[in-house]
Amino acid sequence: MSEQFEPVIVGFTCNWCSYRAADTAGTARVKYAPNVRLIRLMCSGRMDPTFVMKAIAGGADGVLITGCHPGDCHYIEQNYKALRRFLLLRRTLKGLGVAPERVKLVWASAAEGMKLAHEITQFVEEVRALGPLSWPKWNENAIQSEPIKEAA
Amino acid sequence: MSENTPNKPKIGVYVCHCGTNISAMVDVEGVRDWAKKRLGEDGVIVSRDYKFMCSSLGQELIEKDIKELGLDRVVVAACSPHLHEKTFRTASERAGLNPYLTELVSIREQVSWVHTDKAVATEKAKSLVAGTVERIIHNEALEKLKVPINPNTLVVGGGIAGIQAALEIANAGFHVYLVEREPSIGGHMAQFDKTFPTLDCSACILTPRMVEAGTNPNITLLTWSEVMSVSGFVGCFNVTIKKKARYVNEELCTGCGICVEKCPKKVIDDVYEAGIGYRKVVYTPFAQAVPKYPVLDRPNCTFFQKGTCKACEKFCPTNAIDFAQQDEYINVEVGNVVLATGYDLFDAGRVSNYGYGRLPNVFTSLEFERMCNASGPTAGEITLRDGKTRPKTVGIIHCVGSRDKNYNNYCSTICCMQSLKFAHLVKERTGADVYEFYIDMRTAAKSYDEFYQRVLDEGTLFVRGKVAEVTDAARVPHEKGKLIIQVEDTLIGKQRRIPVDMVLLSIGMEPRADAKETGKLFGIACSSDGWFMERHPKLDPISTMTEGIYIAGCATGPKDIPGSVSQGAAAAARVLDKILQKEVELEPIRATVNEAKCSGCRICNNLCPFNAISFIDDLAITRINPALCQGCGTCVAACPAGAISGTGFSNEQIFAQIDGILMSL
Amino acid sequence: MNEYIFYPGCSMEGSAKAYYDSLNAIKTPLNMELHEIEDWNCCGATEYVGINLIPAYSLIARNLALAAKQIDGTNTVMAPCSACYLNLEKADYYMTERPALGAKVNEALGAGGLHYDPGSLKIRHLLDVIINDIGLDTVKSKVTKPLKGLRVAPYLGCMVPRPDYQRRWSDFEHPTELDDVLKALGAEVVDFPLKTNCCGGHMTQIGPETAYELIRRLVSSAEENKADIMVTVCPMCQMNLDAYQAETNRYFGTNFHMPIVFFTQLMALAFGKDPKEAGFGLETTSAKNALTRIGLDIPAVPAGQSVKKPEGLPMPLRKQKRYADGQKVSE
Repeated sequence: MSEQFEPVIVGFTCNWCSYRAADTAGTARVKYAPNVRLIRLMCSGRMDPTFVMKAIAGGADGVLITGCHPGDCHYIEQNYKALRRFLLLRRTLKGLGVAPERVKLVWASAAEGMKLAHEITQFVEEVRALGPLSWPKWNENAIQSEPIKEAA
Repeated sequence: MSENTPNKPKIGVYVCHCGTNISAMVDVEGVRDWAKKRLGEDGVIVSRDYKFMCSSLGQELIEKDIKELGLDRVVVAACSPHLHEKTFRTASERAGLNPYLTELVSIREQVSWVHTDKAVATEKAKSLVAGTVERIIHNEALEKLKVPINPNTLVVGGGIAGIQAALEIANAGFHVYLVEREPSIGGHMAQFDKTFPTLDCSACILTPRMVEAGTNPNITLLTWSEVMSVSGFVGCFNVTIKKKARYVNEELCTGCGICVEKCPKKVIDDVYEAGIGYRKVVYTPFAQAVPKYPVLDRPNCTFFQKGTCKACEKFCPTNAIDFAQQDEYINVEVGNVVLATGYDLFDAGRVSNYGYGRLPNVFTSLEFERMCNASGPTAGEITLRDGKTRPKTVGIIHCVGSRDKNYNNYCSTICCMQSLKFAHLVKERTGADVYEFYIDMRTAAKSYDEFYQRVLDEGTLFVRGKVAEVTDAARVPHEKGKLIIQVEDTLIGKQRRIPVDMVLLSIGMEPRADAKETGKLFGIACSSDGWFMERHPKLDPISTMTEGIYIAGCATGPKDIPGSVSQGAAAAARVLDKILQKEVELEPIRATVNEAKCSGCRICNNLCPFNAISFIDDLAITRINPALCQGCGTCVAACPAGAISGTGFSNEQIFAQIDGILMSL
Repeated sequence: MNEYIFYPGCSMEGSAKAYYDSLNAIKTPLNMELHEIEDWNCCGATEYVGINLIPAYSLIARNLALAAKQIDGTNTVMAPCSACYLNLEKADYYMTERPALGAKVNEALGAGGLHYDPGSLKIRHLLDVIINDIGLDTVKSKVTKPLKGLRVAPYLGCMVPRPDYQRRWSDFEHPTELDDVLKALGAEVVDFPLKTNCCGGHMTQIGPETAYELIRRLVSSAEENKADIMVTVCPMCQMNLDAYQAETNRYFGTNFHMPIVFFTQLMALAFGKDPKEAGFGLETTSAKNALTRIGLDIPAVPAGQSVKKPEGLPMPLRKQKRYADGQKVSE
């Protein structure tokens, strides 16, 4: 009897809204799926698409990006920039053969603990349905790389 | 990673039980042991657990280890960093370790309180600890930025909140620039007749303050002026103010008022008299205006439009009229800014079923205030639109444009009390019957509910129901010539048609039409309703997310006069606190450009809403002003060359954290 | 050239013939080309939707499906009757908002070889088209006989400004579109406060007293405001206020004599057409007095035909139907 596949998901939260939403969920003792591990950034605008790549290359099956609702960003409008990057990232992932549904963007304000918990649980199920990503792990010993020569 | 750092870090890991809050769902000892074993090669030299890490004994554990074991990194796994990160950072600082080398990771709100399987929760806690340990290896010792404070202050808005703030700062001995866009300070409070619940005459309690503000040697009053541009940051804002041309020379004008008297042209005064009264083209808005200098309304002036008249100039005894006067631009340097720009009122014409603008005897609250005011267009007489007839029945409708999904969802706070005040004034002055149509009665502050009781005792009739329509289409003879209010009286469950002579609409407060632009000018945000956004709605309603900019009064949301006064005083206290400290400390979470790596592509230039990023033309590189930078990191993520690093949230730190979170346990 | 796919509706051929005639009279000056929907059917008026949603919407959507086949140069369907217009718009709106309903409707249409993709047609009322597409400037330019001195009360009725799914109208309660058209014709617009009040609708059939009261309010308000004539955009409103005015007078003991015609009829008059072309003479409450104010007269009613003397042997007596209130109607 095979065990149910438990996806590993890395979540990025913004310090002001969505991280506080996670705190609110905790304070309210709302239960949600344990598969998501949250990393705190100051702002969703800090989201570099390479973080998502790194997470995927590192073994994550999905990445959840969260931030303040449009119009409510602590830094005024940086969540719009996160949105732009996210949309382009999804397209890029598709080209790399990663199902774009493995990366999701969710807005949550500091008071929306329940909503965030619900979104997390839902996303876990969505990724579970997609199955493990099985991205081959980077083996540092497998490939010899030449040290980069300085330009003459 | 750890091979590249010259000295292997000495990391201490502290796992908190938080009583049983964490230990009930996470095997705390297991995490403690695991951290030492698994992460020892990354630098963890000590790993402890304790019942309450935030207690003084818990903190002492950390301090002892720093001193005795020479720890240079501290990871605490406990509650949310929003609660105790400062606690542990301060503890480390006490022991001589830079506070930014201490991190708190939440295994309570994010793990023990939200999961149900102890084994799974413990695994997750381990991953999170690993993430933070890997991250902290790349933390740098950071110093808070210190910025000197210019002791001058700018207060924008000369209403009661702005006046209060200005007076408090000025009386403490520091200079204030008080900028007001209208010809006189006083704001909306100068337009009211009586104030609830004391029924104090509004002008009587306001004008002494206005005079004080006008004569205080520490206040530079700039009326008929607007802020044009703001640059700089907390401690040194550079502000350009446009002093609009009054066409009156303030040095020569004595305020005698002859020019106003002699001016032949009258226009509708839609600012001070709310559109139901008139003023001259050269005018002072009201008799007790501060400053006393009149203003010439250029678009309506016969001289400026046609080249004739000049009556004011002819009759002025001191030759103070100056048609050639130009707008003046003034530059000031201030350390702090208080925004007290006030509110606008909801446009009652939008609710077409109430007939405002179509039916003559439907008035707004502000129009009614002017009518009641002894210096208003009817000398204080309550009359219908014809200016003569006394109403025999008056209907007052609450919540026009407020608590309404179609217009503004929020409650405007003061309209219930204002409506009660109107009911009282109508009864007192005309003896008319008064009906109040309300949804709820909101009379929640000191002496407010007693006032409600009083108005009830005076015989005002209250109908609980949202008015559907105000119409003049009579259906039966006794409705002829009246305004009929159609309303469902929810307490008796019946539709009622109540004929009245006059309808008063208690219109809601709205943010100023240009609040968003003002916010942008100063670098602060507005909420989704358009009010200025405070740093924290409960614990910090006066500061904004931008250091050095404070907000007070109705600009932050509807409130009554005591509320505005309190906020004005609170903003002043904050400003004084900053001024007296002489320097302000800023969190060192900022972005910096590595100029050697910057290629001048300018992709980052448009990303900063705080104007912290500027392009240096002659060097063809971008620079970031650390005092303006708020540390969001958007530019860090955007730089294709990786030339921008974000202290506190660098790429190395985050990559390491991702690695740590995903490492096999 | 303003081209439209035209949905006339049943009343155009019957009680609202004046609307149809006057619309035909003004379409050339306004450069409108109307392509009638092939084989259109009744829109179901107001009753059907209250009984069963799917057949009701299918009935309406059949017209949309047929119109969609005629898309060529224009994808705008125009309906002069307010109820037809609202039904067409409602069907299009709800088929989008409620995909389950949309799917079932298309299933029903499929049985007849038809299909309609909601959102593929634009649905507009005639008044909307005149204001927004043709424009008041064009209307003004075609006026050769301004209706100077004629006091007109604009009665828009309820179905056009509400619920207004596509937000085409200036206000839900006191819109100004009809006023603006009348002003462009040179008429004096009366400040009529009940311009979007209910005319009673089909209450004339099922609850006459209610209908009479609603009609009374409208007509008395127009009269109080010294209107010579009322105009409307809806055949139901026109019929109620016109044909039932006498009943209303009888019920209340009043003596109203307020003519009510379609706005296109006044447009035709202002464009210089004679009253017959403009559909006058067909109304129950005569517009004679109103027309006199602008120097016109209603057309002569054709003389009644003499009863033919029966030839041969008489036919057996047919059974006669009765309505609940005693009115007789032969089969």
